[in-house]
Amino acid sequence: MKLSDKTKETLLGPLSANNPVIVQILGICSALAVTVQLKPALVMGIAVTIIVAMSNVVIALIRNTIPMRIRIIVQLVVVAALVTLVSEVLKAFAYDVAVQLSVYIGLIITNCILMGRLEAFAMSNNVWDSFLDGLGNGLGYAIILVIVAFFRELLGSGSLLGFQVIPQWCYEHGYVNNGMMMMPAMALILVGCIIWVHRSINKEEK
Amino acid sequence: MSKFNTNSNVYTIIYATVIVVIVALLLAVVSSALRPKQQANVELDRKKQVLSSLNIDIKQVNDVDQMYAEVISEQEIDGKQVFVAKTDDGTKYIIPMTGAGLWGAIWGYIALDEDRNTVYGTFFNHDSETPGLGGEITTRGFQTRFNGKHIKAADKYQMEIVKGEAAGEQVQAISGATITSKGVETMINTTLAEYTEFLSGAPAETTEQVEPIEEEAQQ
Repeated sequence: MKLSDKTKETLLGPLSANNPVIVQILGICSALAVTVQLKPALVMGIAVTIIVAMSNVVIALIRNTIPMRIRIIVQLVVVAALVTLVSEVLKAFAYDVAVQLSVYIGLIITNCILMGRLEAFAMSNNVWDSFLDGLGNGLGYAIILVIVAFFRELLGSGSLLGFQVIPQWCYEHGYVNNGMMMMPAMALILVGCIIWVHRSINKEEK
Repeated sequence: MSKFNTNSNVYTIIYATVIVVIVALLLAVVSSALRPKQQANVELDRKKQVLSSLNIDIKQVNDVDQMYAEVISEQEIDGKQVFVAKTDDGTKYIIPMTGAGLWGAIWGYIALDEDRNTVYGTFFNHDSETPGLGGEITTRGFQTRFNGKHIKAADKYQMEIVKGEAAGEQVQAISGATITSKGVETMINTTLAEYTEFLSGAPAETTEQVEPIEEEAQQ
């Protein structure tokens, strides 16, 4: 498949140069909540990617019929309906995943990235571009979540995806897990560090 | 593109009505279509949880329904719901528990030996405890800490969850999850208090050595 420059920019831009979390600073609240361990962060990243892409497609389909004065409400209804649908389907066909996601699935509705993309992109672009934009932004969000969760789980629990990775003899020689990493505040500091690294690498672009 | 004015009041109201009706209809249809399957999942999950309290590794079990039917019989003893389990180690009594953690509901099952005193196994689960902290109550590492402990104390049935090193009948709490650990303790003790009548009705051969304690418990 050959992608034009604009399409490529739509899909890949949000991964780094226009990342929703570290450049647009959206969706920080859920990034703090689900990144204590790697597994929920991964699942949340995938769920958000699917839902941003789907809701972008739906809004792009009906964008010319939406009355301007109630457009935010219409967007919200679409997002809420999609999240509820996904949650119902998961409960029926992937019960374990649904239990894993319990609190997070509701959080998706309030994720600022969704409303941001619907309002800024899907309302004024065609279906295919909107789909790619949703995919790109969802993945951009997921990448940051996974990076933050990687460090929080590694330093906070000494494990990754639930498997112990810091060997036992480290603990016997006085190594202690950093309890601070379990606190939401550390996620904010980690996101800050990622923004710092990202900005200094991409200095010339700004 | 627009043949009619999409900003008129009439259009806005009709649009809002139509979209709400469509969404409501869609959700209602999906919800009722999937409900039987969801309820079957919830029921299966409950059976898995009950069996987990018997130290059974549920991932190794192929047919949970069949195993549940063979092992567990749901009974009402002294007006209380008790799951009676026939295992290779003899009869076990499983008591369901519900309580509150830090952020939301917690629940679990505690399996007792036939003497209705020794803990055979436990299972805990939660709605929304912090992963890595309170969420650790779902791990075998925490649940097996209860095994072999006794619930009979001086004048009542209880378990004690303590910070740091646990001695004797005490159970070690999860570090960093004080409130959830306390919640588990409260849940166990409240439930055991409700089951006093059942717990004090232990079979004759094991009651002898603990008889004085039992009388106190009944007072």
